[in-house]
Amino acid sequence: MTNIVQFENVGLRYGTGAETLSDLSFSLAKGGFYFLTGPSGAGKTSLLKMLYLSQRPSRGLIRLFGEDMVMMPRESLPQYRRRIGVVFQDFRLVPHLSAFDNVALPLRVAGGDDKALELPVREMLAWVGLGDRATARPATLSGGEQQRVAIARAVITRPDILVADEPTGNVDPDMASRLLRLFDALNQLGTTIVVATHDLHLISSIKNAQIMRLDAGRIDDPTGSLRYPPRREEGPQ
Amino acid sequence: MNFLRDFSLRMAPADARLLPEGRMAGPMPWVIAIMMFLTALAAATGLSLSAAARGLDADLAGRLTVQIAEPDATQRAQYTRALTRELQKLSAVETVRALPEAEVTAMLKPWFGDGLTSEDLPMPALIDVSMRRAGPADLASVRQTVKAVSNDARVDEHAQWLAPLARLLGSLKWIAAMLVLLMAAAMASTVVLVARAALNSHRQTIEVMHLLGATDAQVASLFQRRIMLDALLGGGIGLGAALITMLLLKYRFLALGSDMTESFGPGAFGWIIIFTLPLMGAALATLAARVTVLSALRRML
Repeated sequence: MTNIVQFENVGLRYGTGAETLSDLSFSLAKGGFYFLTGPSGAGKTSLLKMLYLSQRPSRGLIRLFGEDMVMMPRESLPQYRRRIGVVFQDFRLVPHLSAFDNVALPLRVAGGDDKALELPVREMLAWVGLGDRATARPATLSGGEQQRVAIARAVITRPDILVADEPTGNVDPDMASRLLRLFDALNQLGTTIVVATHDLHLISSIKNAQIMRLDAGRIDDPTGSLRYPPRREEGPQ
Repeated sequence: MNFLRDFSLRMAPADARLLPEGRMAGPMPWVIAIMMFLTALAAATGLSLSAAARGLDADLAGRLTVQIAEPDATQRAQYTRALTRELQKLSAVETVRALPEAEVTAMLKPWFGDGLTSEDLPMPALIDVSMRRAGPADLASVRQTVKAVSNDARVDEHAQWLAPLARLLGSLKWIAAMLVLLMAAAMASTVVLVARAALNSHRQTIEVMHLLGATDAQVASLFQRRIMLDALLGGGIGLGAALITMLLLKYRFLALGSDMTESFGPGAFGWIIIFTLPLMGAALATLAARVTVLSALRRML
């Protein structure tokens, strides 16, 4: 299985402070399902930011889709961002747009016309249980509903990589289970999933998932399965 | 070309909703309306002065008056005939016309009333000369010819009389042009400030679009479109108010009953320029917004 993400000796420092992330070397296989865990402040969100191309590293090499993202000119980054779905911890829904328009946004950014996106957006909203809230604005939705809109927005384009930061933090266990099934279904279709979470129940519910543990800005990879360059070619277990 | 290409990359019109305010919601259209009002008035003034200066030049170029201040009426008439004849012989002279006494008397009517004759008040004879060429040598030959006939005759160049007025019109025209440029600069600065404020207030939306893979051109086109529509709306209102003001001023000028003020106006070409001002303002505002937004976006990854 080919690697879709490769980090090699990556370090991240904000300003002149100490490194938030140090010596990250790992690879993620295309079609893999990964959980990123670790205590608060370990650097999970910073790592995800580099993964969804919101932050360049201070040092090291990051390759996504086989391309060097560190040296990539910023004008070329949007085409790669469109291949990555992101569920933000704080949802980041556009406040004056309806749930429908929020979910449709990635399709519109990609140049889709209104007629063509109507059906997939409605289906996606129905799938996350918000079929009857399509016209509601984020302010009128509960935290869990907002989170589901954010997830629907992240997966509507069937991205190559889905990055989710605590995606089930605000939903009930039943909805968390449904959302995870959605992630799993996407994974079965070939999407590489990276989910940052503290939820052990969630982690145990996906059989083939690998766990990346981040501690004090470093990857704790005792088995070496995530190691990059790899000792041997390794896919999801 | 890049500008056109980027426009073709803009998102569907539905995405105009990404920026929430409706038309005339912010101060921008009203500020642009005020600026366009002042710009249109300054431009109309400048163009009218320019047209007036051109008209003055056309009227005065090569026009002379020969004045024969001979007290004896018979002698004056002889000089007039002789001068008319001699001046017509000059190749640089196009037409020569001796003004009849009745015409000269009519010119003095506003000051002396009806019934004035040369016996009441000795009046000079006037010869109106139009030059074919009005170079220094041509004017010198006219003066020489006049001097040869009568020492008491004087040549007045019309251009010389009204030269201070022409210079004043010229200065006012340039001041008006400068005002138009200053207003354009002020409008561009306002748009830059508005675009920066809009960027700040929509930062979250922009960041989300950015992370969803929107290009700088896509994000910039949203702001450009909004600011262009605001500028067009404000420009239209400003121009409308300026046209009403100009119309009122025109009536005031007509009330003066002077030929010069009746024809005072920007001319057909000037009107075309004035009517395209809102379009030029919108184009300037769009460009300023684009440059501002793109330079701000470049600071993001």
